[in-house]
Amino acid sequence: MPEPSAPPNTPLGRLTPKSIAIWSLVALVAAAGWGVLALSRGEEISAAWMLAAALGSYAIAYRFYSRFIANRVLKVDKARATPAERLDNGIDFHPTDRRVLFGHHFAAVAGAGPLVGPVLAAQMGYLPGTIWIIVGVIFAGAVQDMVTLFFSTRRNGRSLGQMAHDEIGPFGGAAALVAVFAIMIILLAVLALVIVNALAHSPWGVFSIAMTIPIALFMGVYLRVLRPGKVTEVSVIGVALLLLAIVAGGWIAESSLADTFTLEPGTLVIWMIVYGFLASVLPVWMLLAPRDYLSTFMKVGTIALLAIGVFVALPTLKMPAVTEFAGRGDGPVFAGSMFPFVFITIACGALSGFHALVSSGTTPKMVQKETQIRMIGYGAMLTESFVAVMAMITACIIDPGLYFAINSPAGVVGTTVQSASEAVTNFGFAISPDLLAKAASDVEEASLLSRTGGAPTFALGMSDIFSAVIGGAGMKAFWYHFAIMFEALFILTTVDAGTRVGRFMLQDMLGNVYKPFRQVSWKPGVWIASAVVVGGWGYFLWVGVHDPLGGINQLFPLFGIANQLLAAVALAVCTTLLVKSGRLKWAWITAVPLAWDAAVTLTASWQKIFSADPRVGFFSQRDKYQAGIDSGEVLPPAKTMDDMHTVVTNSTVDGVLCALFALLIIVVIADAARVCVKAVRDPASVKLSEVPFTESKLVAPAGLFPTAEEKAELLAAGVGPEGGIRKDGRAEDGVPAGTGSP
Amino acid sequence: MSPVTRARRAADWIRWYVREVSGESVYDKYVAHARSCDPAAEVMTRREFERKRTDAREADPREGFRCC
Repeated sequence: MPEPSAPPNTPLGRLTPKSIAIWSLVALVAAAGWGVLALSRGEEISAAWMLAAALGSYAIAYRFYSRFIANRVLKVDKARATPAERLDNGIDFHPTDRRVLFGHHFAAVAGAGPLVGPVLAAQMGYLPGTIWIIVGVIFAGAVQDMVTLFFSTRRNGRSLGQMAHDEIGPFGGAAALVAVFAIMIILLAVLALVIVNALAHSPWGVFSIAMTIPIALFMGVYLRVLRPGKVTEVSVIGVALLLLAIVAGGWIAESSLADTFTLEPGTLVIWMIVYGFLASVLPVWMLLAPRDYLSTFMKVGTIALLAIGVFVALPTLKMPAVTEFAGRGDGPVFAGSMFPFVFITIACGALSGFHALVSSGTTPKMVQKETQIRMIGYGAMLTESFVAVMAMITACIIDPGLYFAINSPAGVVGTTVQSASEAVTNFGFAISPDLLAKAASDVEEASLLSRTGGAPTFALGMSDIFSAVIGGAGMKAFWYHFAIMFEALFILTTVDAGTRVGRFMLQDMLGNVYKPFRQVSWKPGVWIASAVVVGGWGYFLWVGVHDPLGGINQLFPLFGIANQLLAAVALAVCTTLLVKSGRLKWAWITAVPLAWDAAVTLTASWQKIFSADPRVGFFSQRDKYQAGIDSGEVLPPAKTMDDMHTVVTNSTVDGVLCALFALLIIVVIADAARVCVKAVRDPASVKLSEVPFTESKLVAPAGLFPTAEEKAELLAAGVGPEGGIRKDGRAEDGVPAGTGSP
Repeated sequence: MSPVTRARRAADWIRWYVREVSGESVYDKYVAHARSCDPAAEVMTRREFERKRTDAREADPREGFRCC
């Protein structure tokens, strides 16, 4: 298939002297930021340098690289009608203002992921993680999101799984489906584990989070019965009640009720599983829909507040640029050396396969103009990456000694401030027992030791930043619990929604065996499928809480590998589509990230399966503890023979899963390569399922602000500044119908 | 433009944006869409429409799923 020609309406990339001057300045700012980040050793630097490096690089990448991809590679065509315009039904297909859709898309892709990964990766210092977040998003993550969005838009918003099936084959399609289901289970378990670790022994946190359930039920009834559709007002009421719940949590923690809300991790797991099951079988309007509104409002609001806070406070980074764990690979937060494990740990924020599901689901059905794909796909991912940079900042501004005391498993730091202080000193970071105790009492928690999972560290950093801007030290406890609440809220929403999606997929698969499973109204099917999904993540959650080696330590690499596996599927689909549509010479824009992603994921899987170091390799870990059991010896950090058996079972399950993921990656890439080679050898045989060209009647700007030409065009078409259907009855300037389609 | 007009415009824009992003304006869009084809078209009441919309999520929870 020949390369499609560029539509004649593609804007020319002319650079005026003024824009050359501006972009040189931006480049200088970014270079200065990178220079300071990279060259400072031993001295503490301001977070402003990190912001300069990040924002400068994003601006240049957006202006030049994303434009190059949009105009030269994808050849987006503003004369081509999008599915939203062609299939407009006023509900799911509807041309949506680009700024609104950007908001939708950003809210859908940004969750707890970018807040957790960077915090854990900070154990290797701020530099490796920051480089990966910024370089990764520019060349991999944002490209994946944008290209997937483009191809899905050209296919009426088909999902990633369907595209893999249509364009690669049933084999690749099935692998993609299994990958999505497996990652869903691991994702939910890891996110739930983050919350359990943050809420255990914290009456304040448990009370506030528990209150979100009655608040959501109230909002659900309000929207269903009292005032249907009044989303904004009910969300404002909900957020007000939520803030009250946070304040009230403080009162509860000091009252006689404190013991009732002080829960063991194991108890919390049971509650989570019960909640997850009920939430997924209750009607959507009762719990899921209102929770969704609440968490979206909180998420966007808090991220905006955090951005303002970071700019106003400009805190100092206390973590070294690179710690010794980066080279040695024996860090307490997660085991393994910098390559590949930093790139596995930070998935969301740099390259997240999950985004491909959003980019190929709801968003492509609402895009007004193909030219806006750049702003929505690439732009929203850059914004999420910035959230990850802020998470990195929050983890690096707290004392490194405190960071390691919070993020190391209990088996490493022990249970008292004295033992923790000693353990941290052995890592090469000093912190006194008094300071550890004070850090906990500042935020009115009994203890901060071994609160792994990232959320408490993030909350602590955020409370530092916020209390520096508003309220001073007296407000620290409030801000800490505000941050915990904010993370817990949308993690619980993800648990609820994810369980439903998993259930739906499972029902669909089981429907092949026994038909009634496919009907969502068949209650036994709903209950059985929900129980299987909840049981799946519940198992990993239970195991994660009871693993003597530390659940996050064991499960997070698995989550990272699963997420990067999905990214490999998405990038393989994109690369295949580029090759099949005659863009072979441009296929590197997704093939290079795919090669990197495959190298990282396969190396990590290889080490997790075959490494002889029992800290890294699941099977050598299994052998070590099995040998201990055989000789009747209890090996630390296990305390009893039961612990030893737990370790053996867990490492076997994790190792097998890891091998399965690696196998899936190889299958998808091999299958995609086969299709690509065939397309190159025999271009005549290529079948693309792209929807044929239809002339667009809509006029709308491509970017955030309309350019001078776009303003003139809007005026000539007789529509307002936000765009709309042209009223002059004229087609695009001099474009004969049918051009621009491959 | 006087500061008052400017502030009013900004407030209107924010109100519009929040209604759009939160999905509050979906019903208005549906009515406008239905009426654009046939001015006398029978449209659902807001209550019926919102019920149908949440129940559709029940049927296929993949719509509107959010990421990690």
